[in-house]
Parts: sequence; C-alpha cells; structure tokens
Amino acid sequence: MEILHNITINHYLGLSAVLFALGVFGMLFRKNAIIIFMCVELMLNAVNLALVSFSKMHGDTDGQIFVFFIMVVAAAEVAVGLAILMMLYRNRHTTDTDTLTDLKG
Amino acid sequence: MLTEYAFWFLSFVAVFSGIAVIISKNPVYSVLYLIMTFFSIAGHYFLMNAQFLAAVHIIVYAGAIMVLFLYVIMMLNLNNIEVEKRSNALRLAAVVAAGLLLTILSGAAQKADQITLAEKTTAPSGLVENLGIALYKNYLLPFELASVLFLSAMVGAVYLSKKNLNETQA
Repeated sequence: MEILHNITINHYLGLSAVLFALGVFGMLFRKNAIIIFMCVELMLNAVNLALVSFSKMHGDTDGQIFVFFIMVVAAAEVAVGLAILMMLYRNRHTTDTDTLTDLKG
Repeated sequence: MLTEYAFWFLSFVAVFSGIAVIISKNPVYSVLYLIMTFFSIAGHYFLMNAQFLAAVHIIVYAGAIMVLFLYVIMMLNLNNIEVEKRSNALRLAAVVAAGLLLTILSGAAQKADQITLAEKTTAPSGLVENLGIALYKNYLLPFELASVLFLSAMVGAVYLSKKNLNETQA
C-alpha cells in the first residue's frame, strides 16, 4: 500500500486543528442553539480525524476503537440534547441562547 | 500522487463546508453543509485505510444524526432566515479566541515529528475483522457499557420529549 506517500501526520493534525478551531469559533459566534450543537459535532469529528491518523501512524487499531466509542457518545448526546432543545422551544418559543438568562441571579 | 491530490481536495471541501456551516443564515443549509463535511471526513478515513470506520461514519452521522437535526429543525419550524444581532465586541472576541486556539494547535501540529503515514506497510487495516477482534477482546467492557449508555439516552430522550411533563409527574 503506497497510498499517502507524501502526507505526514502533521498534515492531518493541521486539518484537525483547523476543523476544531472552526467548531470553537462557531460556538462563540452563533446564537442559535442548533447551530451551536452542530459546531460541537464538528469539534468531535476533528478529534476523530486526529485519532484515526494516529492509529494509521502507529499501525494500531486502538485509535479506531476510540473513534468508535466517540461516535457512540455523540449519538447519545445528540438524542438527549435535541430532546432538551425541543423542551426549551416548547417553553420559550425560541432557541436563541442569549435569552436564557435565568441563572444570572 | 493521486492520493495527495485527494487529500488536498477532501481537506478543502471539509474546511470550506465547515465555514459554510457557521455563516449560513438558514439552519437547513447548515445541516446540509455539515453533511458535506462528514462525507469528506469519511473520504479521509478511506484514505487512511479505515474502511469500516468510514462506512460507520456515513451511516451514523449522515444517516442518523443529521436526519435527527433536520427533523427537529422542521418540527420546530426554524427554517426561516433569522437576523442575529450579536454585538461587534463579542464577534471580535470570538474571532480572537478561535484564532489563538488555532495558532496554538497548528503550532503544536507543526512541531510533531514528520512521520509519513505510508511507512507502516504491515499495519493491520481497519477492516471489520481486525476491528471486531480488538473490540470484542480488549474492549468488551466498554462495549457493553456503551449499550447501557444508549439505553439510558433513549429513555432520557423519550422522557424529555414527552408532552405535559408536569401533569404526568403529579
């Protein structure tokens, strides 16, 4: 297998860093809770990409198992998170995170 | 050489659609761009010889999670274009914070040893056989715990999305 001949681990780590920073940026930049949720998914995927490239670098499947479990946690998180979001919308009729200031004191 | 072009193409698509997720006004477009990002990441998994993971990634993310997102957006009728009023100071703060994080992370990535990913030719591939052996031999307990996590997440999601939560409690 002579694929990825000139691609080093640094390329993948750089791409992963860019995607993770994009996720952080979106979380801080947007106010819609659904978009913020999608940015969390983007960050999880950036980490997954780094883990798979480490797994490829070491020739070990353990990194891919980690990615597997991260996918499991992401799926559970989305199911519960979207249910919370629906409750929020039912009570407030908005998903704007700036209106949720009840804990301000 | 061809795979090098594939790497750059997939990276470009991933970053471009990642930006588009954030700047799209309509949440439905954000979901569609995020699906594009996921497909390009699945392409990266294929390049890194993790075929099973690429298939699972497409099935789980594009097939289940993003459909759930779309379903919620349509159920809440959020697909109208909203005007977000966020102060310029907060926007600048977001740009600075994410830019600093990117600087640190990419600096760390550049300092890492330049290891070509094609060196280990005898590496086990990410096919179902190798992953299954690792998953059921070394990671059996986390695998079972994941099923418990799924069950509790399912119960929690059903309970939370039930109507008239207060009346049923009384």
